[in-house]
Amino acid sequence: MPLNFHKYASPKVFYTLAGQLIPWFAGATVLVLGYGLYQSLFVAPPDYQQGESVRIMFIHVPAAWMSMFVYMVLAGAGAIGLIWNMKLAEMAATAAAPIGASFTFLALVTGSLWGKPMWGTWWVWDARLTSELILFFLYVGFMALQAAIDDPKRAARAGALFALVGVVNIPVIHFSVQWWNTLHQPASISSINKIGAPAIAPSILIPLLIMAVAFMLFFATVLLIRLRAEILQRERYTSWVAELVNP
Amino acid sequence: MNNGLLAAFLCVLRRDLLLAARKPADVATPLVFFAIVVSLFPLGVGPEPNVLRTLAPGVLWVAALLATMLSLNRLFATDHADGTLELLALSPHPLSALTAAKVLAHWLTTGLPLVLMSPLLATQLFLPPEALGTLLLGLALGTPVLSLIGSIGAGLTLGLRGGGVLLSLLVLPLYTPILIFGAGAVTASTLGLGPEAYLSLLGAFLAVALGFAPWATAAALRISLD
Repeated sequence: MPLNFHKYASPKVFYTLAGQLIPWFAGATVLVLGYGLYQSLFVAPPDYQQGESVRIMFIHVPAAWMSMFVYMVLAGAGAIGLIWNMKLAEMAATAAAPIGASFTFLALVTGSLWGKPMWGTWWVWDARLTSELILFFLYVGFMALQAAIDDPKRAARAGALFALVGVVNIPVIHFSVQWWNTLHQPASISSINKIGAPAIAPSILIPLLIMAVAFMLFFATVLLIRLRAEILQRERYTSWVAELVNP
Repeated sequence: MNNGLLAAFLCVLRRDLLLAARKPADVATPLVFFAIVVSLFPLGVGPEPNVLRTLAPGVLWVAALLATMLSLNRLFATDHADGTLELLALSPHPLSALTAAKVLAHWLTTGLPLVLMSPLLATQLFLPPEALGTLLLGLALGTPVLSLIGSIGAGLTLGLRGGGVLLSLLVLPLYTPILIFGAGAVTASTLGLGPEAYLSLLGAFLAVALGFAPWATAAALRISLD
């Protein structure tokens, strides 16, 4: 029997489902994050050039990945809401925005902390840092736009359109900033060295990937929690919420 | 039908230009703002010609960006207030084409005067004369993109409280590529390098924005008018 997605797209059903899923995601987050932190802070070897400060990377890189991933989630959910008029997707976009902004902020702060010992300054107008900063502004713009509109329907649709315009623009911004100035070390994950192996050692790569999975699980947990709150907020005049609050 | 669309496009264009001509003060304000912002920089960083010459491309472009952004409110606000916008949305012609006419009128009354004013202000900042052509061409290619992207933001923030500040928050991050390549072109030609690559990219942005922005603006207006 195929899964009935329409059933789970109903806010009421999803509210219950999310409530059941949250403990599992939260538990998995604690386990994977704990293991990943242990691996990256104690087990992974220090870098031969950067020393112990390379450990910032285990937070910085997953946070930067998540900042972009969450924007895609936000724009994707916005598009689904706009095209199929799906309430849950609209709520998901609204719920995801502050989480994405936090990841972006975390990537900026850790990048700055990493830049101080490596480059000698807290901030450089480096391409990737700058495009991350602009991504942060896009998140803030999205949230400010939604906050300024009282009608939730209009807020969701306006936010979705803005997110989609941002998605078209993000690659352009990224490449133009890259051409403008770069000091950042190139991505090591996807680059392959001469003998055909990844340019990053497995002793570093594995903790990094574990941390990435942990961040993803953390995002899922927080998204579900926020989504539940958003559902209650948007559906507060319905009878099922009234029954839930005053049983 | 196509003929009717062209007639409608020209009608909206003519109407907006006529409205601008009847209220010249509205048109002049962003231009005066442009001149004031550029004139403030020497006061802030000192009258040293070498410093001003290096800063000139960036200062001129940032000031043009801000001046365009401040004029965006004018694009739809009055038409929204008196109901014209609703009638445009109800018309049988595609709203995207009609907004394109409005954006063109906006550019003709804001962007184009900025372009024409820029050599004067550039001279004030000691920009070498050989870079003036690039500045003019770059602004001529870039300011329509600013109007087009800005129209999406103006459509989204229509009738919202604090619309002006919100609009800048939405639009300015999207303007960064234009700023980078516009100012880059001028800097390249002051250094004696060819600005062609930068100008080609600005042209490419214009082509893409012409295709997408009116459509997105129409969608934004429909959301706001709902």
